[in-house]
Amino acid sequence: MLSTLSDLTLMAPELWLAAMACVVLVADVYAGGGRGTVAYLLAQLALLGGMWLLLADAVPAPEALFGGAFLRDPLADVLKAAVLVLTVAVFAYARGYLQGRGLDRGEYYVLGLFGVLGMMVLISAGNLLTLYLGLELLALSLYAMVALHRDSLEASEAAMKYFVLGALASGMMLYGISLLYGVTGSLALDVVARAAAADASDPVMLLALAFVIVGVAFKLGAVPFHMWIPDVYHGAPAAVALYVGAAPKIAGFALAMRLLVEGLGGLQAEWADMLVVLAVLSIAIGNVVAIAQTNIKRMLGYSTISHIGFLLLGLIAGTRDGYGAAMFYALTYALMAAGAFGVVAIMSRRSEAELLDDYRGLNARNPWLAFMMLILMFSMAGVPPTVGFYAKLTVLKAVIDVGALWLAVVAVAFSIVGAFYYLRVVKLMYFDEPPEEAAVRAGLQAGTVLSANGLAVLGLGLLPGALLALCLQVVG
Amino acid sequence: MRYVYLGIPLAPLAGAIVAGLFGAFWPRLGRAACHWAAILGVAVAFALSLVVLWEQTLGGGEPWNGAIYTWMVSDGIRFEIGFLVDRLTALMVTTVTFVSLMVHIYTIGYMHDDPGYRRFFAYIALFTFSMLMLVMSNNFLQLFFGWEAVGLVSYLLIGFWFKRETAIYANLKAFLVNRVGDFGFVLGIAAILAYFHSLDYADVFTAAPMARDLTIEVLPGLEWPVITLICLLLFVGAMGKSAQVPLHVWLPDSMEGPTPISALIHAATMVTAGIFMVARMSPLYELSETALSVVLVIGAVTAFATGLLGLVQHDIKRVIAYSTLSQLGYMTVALGASAYAAAIFHLMTHAFFKALLFLAAGSVIIALHHEQDMRKMGGLRRYMPVTYWTALIGSLALIGTPGFSGFYSKEHIIEAAHGASRWGAELAYWAVLAGVFVTALYTFRMFFLVFHGRERMDEHARAHLRESPKVVTVPLVLLAIPSVAVGALTIEPLLFGGWFGEAIRVAPEHDVLAGLAAHFHGAWAYALHAVRTPPFWLAAAGVLTAAVVYLWRPALAGLAVRVARPLYLALVHKYWADDFNEIVLAGGARRLGRLLWQVGDVLVIDGAMVNGTARLVGMVAAVARHVQTGYLYHYAFAMLIGLLAMTSWLLGLMR
Repeated sequence: MLSTLSDLTLMAPELWLAAMACVVLVADVYAGGGRGTVAYLLAQLALLGGMWLLLADAVPAPEALFGGAFLRDPLADVLKAAVLVLTVAVFAYARGYLQGRGLDRGEYYVLGLFGVLGMMVLISAGNLLTLYLGLELLALSLYAMVALHRDSLEASEAAMKYFVLGALASGMMLYGISLLYGVTGSLALDVVARAAAADASDPVMLLALAFVIVGVAFKLGAVPFHMWIPDVYHGAPAAVALYVGAAPKIAGFALAMRLLVEGLGGLQAEWADMLVVLAVLSIAIGNVVAIAQTNIKRMLGYSTISHIGFLLLGLIAGTRDGYGAAMFYALTYALMAAGAFGVVAIMSRRSEAELLDDYRGLNARNPWLAFMMLILMFSMAGVPPTVGFYAKLTVLKAVIDVGALWLAVVAVAFSIVGAFYYLRVVKLMYFDEPPEEAAVRAGLQAGTVLSANGLAVLGLGLLPGALLALCLQVVG
Repeated sequence: MRYVYLGIPLAPLAGAIVAGLFGAFWPRLGRAACHWAAILGVAVAFALSLVVLWEQTLGGGEPWNGAIYTWMVSDGIRFEIGFLVDRLTALMVTTVTFVSLMVHIYTIGYMHDDPGYRRFFAYIALFTFSMLMLVMSNNFLQLFFGWEAVGLVSYLLIGFWFKRETAIYANLKAFLVNRVGDFGFVLGIAAILAYFHSLDYADVFTAAPMARDLTIEVLPGLEWPVITLICLLLFVGAMGKSAQVPLHVWLPDSMEGPTPISALIHAATMVTAGIFMVARMSPLYELSETALSVVLVIGAVTAFATGLLGLVQHDIKRVIAYSTLSQLGYMTVALGASAYAAAIFHLMTHAFFKALLFLAAGSVIIALHHEQDMRKMGGLRRYMPVTYWTALIGSLALIGTPGFSGFYSKEHIIEAAHGASRWGAELAYWAVLAGVFVTALYTFRMFFLVFHGRERMDEHARAHLRESPKVVTVPLVLLAIPSVAVGALTIEPLLFGGWFGEAIRVAPEHDVLAGLAAHFHGAWAYALHAVRTPPFWLAAAGVLTAAVVYLWRPALAGLAVRVARPLYLALVHKYWADDFNEIVLAGGARRLGRLLWQVGDVLVIDGAMVNGTARLVGMVAAVARHVQTGYLYHYAFAMLIGLLAMTSWLLGLMR
C-alpha cells in the first residue's frame, strides 16, 4: 500500500495538525496561570503551519495515497486552505469571547483543531471509509464543543439534541454506505462511480442513495434535516456557534462533491430531483421562519438553512459551472457566516448578546463594527456590490443555463423575502436608539480580522473573477 | 497634443476639487488659496486653449478625433471618453475659458463678503470643467455627460443662496424645465443609438446620409423620416438648455443666482450649449428641411417675443436676462437658416458683450448694496466711470452699432434669414428685423435708467456710491476689448473663409452665407455700408425712443401703458406662460400624481401588494416557527419522514 515514506508528505498538513492537536492538549494540561494563551497561540501556530505545509506542497495534478483512500487534488487543496484560513479567523474572534466568559481553556482549541483535522480528512476522502472517518471526527468534535459551557442548561440541551440527531443521521448514512458496499463490493469511490454509471436503475443503489443523501443533507442542514441548526446555534456559546457556522459548511460541500458528484455522479438525475425538493424547502422555510426570530443566533441559523438551499441549486444544475458556482457559494458563505458570527461573538463578551434588540444603535457604540455588520448583512441578503450578490448570481445563472428557470424564480422570490430580516439588523443598528451608551470594543486582534473579513466580502464582490475562475478550475 | 487636450478640462476640475473638497475639510486652507486654486485651473485651461487655437488655425494642425478612455463596450457599441478638436471646438474652448477666467477674477470682488465663498469657486470651476467636456466631446455620451453636468452646476448655482425662498423656487423651476428638454435630448440620443448603432459623431455623420430615406411611425399612420425625428428631439434638448420658447421660462428666474453666474452660465456659455450642439450636428440637420424650419420659427418667436418682455422689467438683471433670451433666439434663427457659422459667430461675440453687461450690472449692484431695481438707480455715470464706459460699449455692441462686434454677427443673421428660402424664413426675417428696434429700446432704456437721469436712490446709498474695486473693473475692461474688436477682426475668416472646414457642413443649396460673401468687401466697408440698411435705422430709432421716453419725456411711458394696455398686460404677465405652466402643467401633474399616489400607491401597491404580502409572510412565519417545537422526537420524526419520502420517490421511479 504505502510505497515510500515520502508519499506521506502528501498528507503532511493532516499529520502536522494531528500532532499539534495532541501538543496543545498536553501543553494545556501543563501550562499554568494564563492557560488559554498558550493553547491559543499553539493552535494558531498549528493552523498557520498547516497552511504553510499545504501551500508549500500544493499539487497541480491529483495524487492518491493508501490505494486511493486519501486524495490530494486541487479541489482538496483549495477547500483545505479555505478551512484553515477561516478557522484562524474563527479562533481570533472566539478568543475574546472565551476570555470574557471564563471558558478560556485549551478545550475549545483542541476540539477545534480536531474538527479541522476531520474536515481535512473528509475533504481528501477517496474512499467511503475515509469519508465517514472524517465526518465522524468532525461531528464528535462539534458535539463536545457545543457542550463546552457545561453549566449552561441550554448548551447541554443543544449538545444532546445535536448528538442524538447526528447519530441518527450518521447511522442512516452508514447504512447507505453499507448498501453501496454490498452492491459494488468496494468502498473506493471510483469503483462506486463506475458501478453507478453502469447501472443507474439498480433499486438497492437507489435505496443507498436515499440514505446517503440524508447524511449529506443533515451535515449541510437542508430541510427537513435542518432541525438541529436553530437549536444548536441558539444553545451553543457564541464562539461555538461561530465555529459550527463557518468552516463545516465547506466540509459539507466537500462531502456532497465527493459522495454525490464523484461517487454517485451516474445517478445525478435522481439525486438532483431529491435536492430540488430539499433546496426549495430550505430556501422557503429558512427565509420565512427567520423573519419570526428575535434571537440573532437563531436568525442566522435559519439564514444558514436558506443559504444551503442556494448552494444545493448549484449542485442541482449538475454542470461544471454549477459545481463551480456551488463551491464559490460555499466558500463565500462561510466567509460571511464567520464574519457575522464574529460580530456576535465580539458583542457577547460580557454577556450573551443574542437578542436582535441588543444590536440597536450599534452604530453609536462602535461605528466600524456596525459598518462591518452592515456589509455582512448586505452580502447575505445579496445586495451588490458585496460578494453575496455575486454568489447568488452565479448559482442562479447555472440553474437557468440548464433550463430550470422556475427554480431561479422561486429562489429569487424567497431571497427578497429574506432581505427583510437582514435589513432589519441594519435598521436596528443605524436607526434605533442604543439600549446603553457604553462603547463596544472589538480589540485589536478581532477588530483587525473582522475588518479583513468584511473588506474581503466587499472586495470579492467587486473583483470576483479570480476566485470564481479558481473554483471552476478545481471542480472540473 | 492629446495631453494638452486632456489638460484643458482637467485643470479646472483640479481647481474645483482643491477649492471644494479641501476648502470644506481643511478649513485652515484660506479663502485666497481657494480662489487661487480655481483661477489657476481656469488660467491653465485658457492658456492651453490658446495653444489649441493657435495650432488649429495658424499652426496648420489637422482636426484631432480620438478616444482617451474606453469606459465599456457593450453589444459592440463603444462607450468612450474622447475629444474631437477642430476649429469649432478650439473657438468654443477659447471663448469659454476666457469668459470663465474673467468671471473668476471678478468673483473675488463680487462675492467678497459671502460665507459660501469657497463653495462658489468650487462650483464655477466645476462648471468650466463640465462645459469644456461638453464642447470637446467626440461622442454623444460625453456630450450628454457635459450637458447634464452643466445643468447640475447651474441648478446648484441658481440656488446658491439656498436660504432664499425665491432662489429655491427658481432652481427647482430651472431643473424641471430642463428635464423636459433633456427628455427630448436623451430620446434623440437613444434614436441615434437605435438607428446608427454608434454614439461616435464621426460614425453617425458618415452614416447619416444613408439613413435619409428611413422612416419611423411616430404615431399610428404617421410616418416621419428618422433624421427629422432625431433632429427635432435633439432640438428639444437645445430648447431647454438654450431657453427657447416655450422652454424659456427658467432663464429669467435663474437671475436669483449670484451675478457672476448670470454672466458666465446664464448668458455667455451654458445657455449657448444648445446652439453649439445644433451647429455640431449640422451634418444631421442639413438632411432635414422640416427640422430646420422648426428651428427657424422657434428661434424667430423667441428672438422677438422675449425681447419685448425686456421692456417692462424693472430688475436690471432680468432685463439682461430677457435680452439673452432674445439673442439666443437670433442664434437659433441663424441655425435654422443653415448659417451655422453665423450662429457660432454671434455666440462668441455675444459671450463677450453679454458677460460684460452682466458684470457691469453686477458692479452697479455691488455699488448699491445689492439693489437691483432700476427705479432706485439713475445718474450713476458720475460715480462709476469705468462701469459706465464699459456698459456703454456692451450696450452698443448688443444693439449692433456698426463697427462693434455685435454688429457683424447680428447683421449676418438678419441677412441669412433674408436669404434663406425655407418655410418660415419670411417670418424669421421680419421677426429678427423688428427685434433690432426692440433690442435697442430695452437696452438703452436700461442704460439711461441706470446711468443717466435723476438719482433715485436713497440718501444712505448715495453716500456710499463709488467705483468698484480693481478685481471688478479689470475684467470689465478686458471684456470690453473683444466686445469692440473681435467682430471686425474675425468676421472674414469665420463666416466666409470656410474656416470651420469639416466641423460645420452645409449643403450647397442651403448655403446662404456663400451668397452673402459676394457682397462683402472687408469689415470697414461693411460697417460704412450699414448706414444704408434698415437695421441701422431701426437701432437708431430704438435708442432715440429710449432717450425720449426715459430721459426727456418720462410721462410718455405712462401714456404708452394706457394706450396699449392689453399688450402691456401681456408683457407684464410674460404672456401668461408661467401661469399656464403653474396651473395647467404643474397643477395637472400634481393632480395626476395625487391620484396615482392615492389609488395606485397607497391602495394597490402599498395596501394590497406590499403590506399584504408582508402580512402574509409574517403570518406564515409565525405559524412555521412552531414547527420547531424543541422536542427531539419531533425532529427525528421529521428526518424519518424525509427519508421515507425520498425512498418512496426513488423506488416509485422504478416502476
